[in-house]
Amino acid sequence: MRVPKVGEEIPRLEKEPVGKLQLLRYAGASGDDNLIHTDVETARSVGLPDVIAHGMLSMGFLGQLLTAYAGPGSVRRLTVRFARMVQLGDALACRGVVQGVEEGEGGAVARLLVWAENQRGERVTEGDAEVLCTAGD
Amino acid sequence: MEIDQSLVGRSYGPERHEVERGAIRRFAEAIGDREPLHLQGEIAPPTFPTTFRGGVPGLALDKKRILHAGEEYRYRRPIRAGDVLLVVRRVADIYEKRGSLGPMTFIVTAAEGRDTQGELVYESRTTIIYR
Repeated sequence: MRVPKVGEEIPRLEKEPVGKLQLLRYAGASGDDNLIHTDVETARSVGLPDVIAHGMLSMGFLGQLLTAYAGPGSVRRLTVRFARMVQLGDALACRGVVQGVEEGEGGAVARLLVWAENQRGERVTEGDAEVLCTAGD
Repeated sequence: MEIDQSLVGRSYGPERHEVERGAIRRFAEAIGDREPLHLQGEIAPPTFPTTFRGGVPGLALDKKRILHAGEEYRYRRPIRAGDVLLVVRRVADIYEKRGSLGPMTFIVTAAEGRDTQGELVYESRTTIIYR
């Protein structure tokens, strides 16, 4: 991949709406068995209308955004804040903008602002990342 | 504050985690990742260390009262199938903030994973709010 320019937006990742099956699979694959993500009674007992997505699932989407852009194994750092809950049926768009490029050991490292926004344009998960730009051309 | 402040600075472990191809594959599939090397279970996606479940003894928290506030991963190199990682966790910080709904306790835990030669592979930092 070529070295990006500051201010450039990387290709967006549009995810399918979050469904119950994905939450069940993510609970199993991640080992996060908190029932507020998979059991509606538990969710209601804490005042939620229905189950909510794992914050870590949205962070996983941001990881996917970065590796789709810079390649598997390219992520040096990913730091996020979980700003809002992700509800069932939310379709998240994952986005990133290049903030800086520095020469590090092993090649150029791009620093990016990254976020996942829902269909209402609200940022549910946001943070920043560093990826190594070496693979390919 | 009901959380024991004296836990700050204590470390626990190492826990031994063997990175299995099938575990990487299932994790990538659950996210809906399309990267072939993730789906084949060769290279772990960036958030894979969340599968290394391990707690901090003495921090017995009611899951229903936990809000995940933030997470960070830093890598020296990617995690691959076949890696054996020794993970040490520590309580980095515990502090209280006054929110609109009353006091909230923030708990920050950190972890680092090393290979069997002792080389650092990744570091993570988890911030939760306990209400």
